[in-house]
Amino acid sequence: MRFAFTDDQKMLRDTVREVLQRECAPEVVRAAWEGRPEGVRAVWDTLAETGVIGMTASEDSGGMAMSELDLILPLEEIGYAALPGPIVDTVAVGIPLLEAAGTDAQKERWLGPAVAGGARIVVVFEDQALVPYAASADVLLVQRGGTAYCVPVAEASISPEQSVDRARELGRIAFETSPQYQMRDDVDTASLFALGRERAALGTAAQLIGLSRRMLDMAVQYAKDREQFGKPIGAQQAIKHRLANALIEQEFARPTVYRAGWSMATSARDAEIDVSLAKIYAGQAAKFVAKEALQVHGAIGYTIECDLHMWMKRAWALAAAHGDAAYHRERVGRHIL
Amino acid sequence: MDLNFTDSENAFRKECRAWLEANVPSEPLPSGDTKEGFALHLEWEHKLFDAGWAAVSWPKQYGGREATLFEWLIFEEEYYRVGAPSRVTQNGIFLLAPTLFEFGTDEQKERILRPMARGDVAWGQAWSEPNAGSDLASLKSTARRVEGGWRLNGQKTWSTRAVFCDMAYGLFRTDPEQARHRGLTYFMFPLHAEGVTVRGVDRLDGDEGFAEIFLEDVFVPDSEIIGEVDKGWGVAMETTSSERGLSLRSPGRFMATAARLIDLYHRYRDRSDPVLRDQVIQAWMDAQVYRWFTFQTVTRMAQGESIGPDSSMNKVFWSEMDVRTHETALAMIGDALELDEGSDGAVDGGHWMKGFQFALAGPIYAGTNEIQRNIIAERVLGLPRK
Repeated sequence: MRFAFTDDQKMLRDTVREVLQRECAPEVVRAAWEGRPEGVRAVWDTLAETGVIGMTASEDSGGMAMSELDLILPLEEIGYAALPGPIVDTVAVGIPLLEAAGTDAQKERWLGPAVAGGARIVVVFEDQALVPYAASADVLLVQRGGTAYCVPVAEASISPEQSVDRARELGRIAFETSPQYQMRDDVDTASLFALGRERAALGTAAQLIGLSRRMLDMAVQYAKDREQFGKPIGAQQAIKHRLANALIEQEFARPTVYRAGWSMATSARDAEIDVSLAKIYAGQAAKFVAKEALQVHGAIGYTIECDLHMWMKRAWALAAAHGDAAYHRERVGRHIL
Repeated sequence: MDLNFTDSENAFRKECRAWLEANVPSEPLPSGDTKEGFALHLEWEHKLFDAGWAAVSWPKQYGGREATLFEWLIFEEEYYRVGAPSRVTQNGIFLLAPTLFEFGTDEQKERILRPMARGDVAWGQAWSEPNAGSDLASLKSTARRVEGGWRLNGQKTWSTRAVFCDMAYGLFRTDPEQARHRGLTYFMFPLHAEGVTVRGVDRLDGDEGFAEIFLEDVFVPDSEIIGEVDKGWGVAMETTSSERGLSLRSPGRFMATAARLIDLYHRYRDRSDPVLRDQVIQAWMDAQVYRWFTFQTVTRMAQGESIGPDSSMNKVFWSEMDVRTHETALAMIGDALELDEGSDGAVDGGHWMKGFQFALAGPIYAGTNEIQRNIIAERVLGLPRK
């Protein structure tokens, strides 16, 4: 049992990290919050140029046929940068789903552009009411009443909802469930959407690890810089122990995500149990780190001008998205009890 | 990333399992922290050693099988899965031996390791003193140079099972001019020698598992020093990081506890509310997560990385998990939880209350969890010491 990524996987992580360091500073995320998403769109284009956006597509479709495990480290970096956008929807779920269940016409119209970064896919599961990033996406892959649809965003109606994370462009969708939008009926779309759900939960867990790591970095830096009583607050044991606890939560969540990525990539038995563990631990860790990071920052952390809040709010949203802890714990419970 | 076991690891597991299933005593032994139980546990250790299972990762010349760290974890999983006896030799095998491998002379290794692993010579640790616990560097015991060796003086305490042991090891101040962690030397010393008094101390759980050791002009020759004179602190740190890290608490034992908890849940589910059910699930998941974390750590070690202060995270996690798991079990048992070992009505022989009390020691021994958190904050996160 070896928990180690390959050099290629680490190289891809480094590429994504460099792009995000260069192009996705907190100001870029903040601009998306304030309704100026141009910077975020530019990051998407750069990621597409590096091949990350199309990485899960088959080689025939211009991708790299990469697995769920290959996605983990890039998505952790995306969480670290808090890059908003339907990246898990498009890369982890949408592109493989479109390839497997799209009609020739649907693939013709959307697959190539999605792989090249010109079309953003949002996936909407059967019982999912709140849909992030639909308004700025290009195509929706939707499961409704047991049927799978591929709907151009331009032909759907989207009513906006206000997320605490303004960059998430939350909304509800409606569209005419007409046959023209139906995906292939000769494949088992229910199973494909079910697989998509697992990928969405896994991809979300990977982002949560990145969010944790960034919040902890911010808190540690603040604890070193901020002085009270004539010394850095990080010299106080009360602060040290909070941050040590945060690190422990984060670092024990990490291998659960790696394990789930490996289990999905190898179609291991009970892979969905591993995904549930990953989602639970990564979500709990991110929420815990958020709380500790806020406390360490004190009053400045309780402001909108401090960047921390954008990471915290993303963490709260993602910890509940694609199955919260209660949902996944119940799945594990049914398996072991 | 390959989270399957290799063919040879699977074969190794099969071999462990077959031997353990054929040889583990069918009735649990009395506690190894009592006089009669300790003797029976030593007999078990002889059997383990003679079959080559006492210290699987050791070189063959000392009675091991040169198992990899992965194989060692597999052995531990199988060991606890069948409910084999607790290891009364662990203070030797898992704490002193790694230090000897790192710092010991060939003569010391040749003389000490095999009898230690076979349980012919039982070893206890002698770290703490009445006024030096978490602050170990403030210790007061001394070693004075004399003709042909040293004279030890002072008092050690919380020495696990020392009342039943033959030998112990600890730090003594050899240079009174130096302060704190400088000027200390790592000694091994006999517990039956002239000038040594060992007094048992009953622990929270009622067993005589602790001891105080009083030393009055106890003679030890130079051959009982590990590493260099006055350089004992660095030698001791090697031991403590293996104590709090992997060696003492492999995932196998917590997975076995989680499996027993699920078995208990099936018997007591009628009186378990949804909160308890969630706690049972959480306990099982925590054991899984600890297992993966540990395999990840071992992967790094196998690649030549040094783990160092990261081992403090293991220690905090397993020790606090173990307490929670036992609390969950006791909550299911209800008011029968107070029935002690030996009571007819005790659930599972009173094992859960006994285990709970033992688990409560986890956050205290091998460096309290407060000290571990300081280490994590200062040496992993880089926060200022003062």
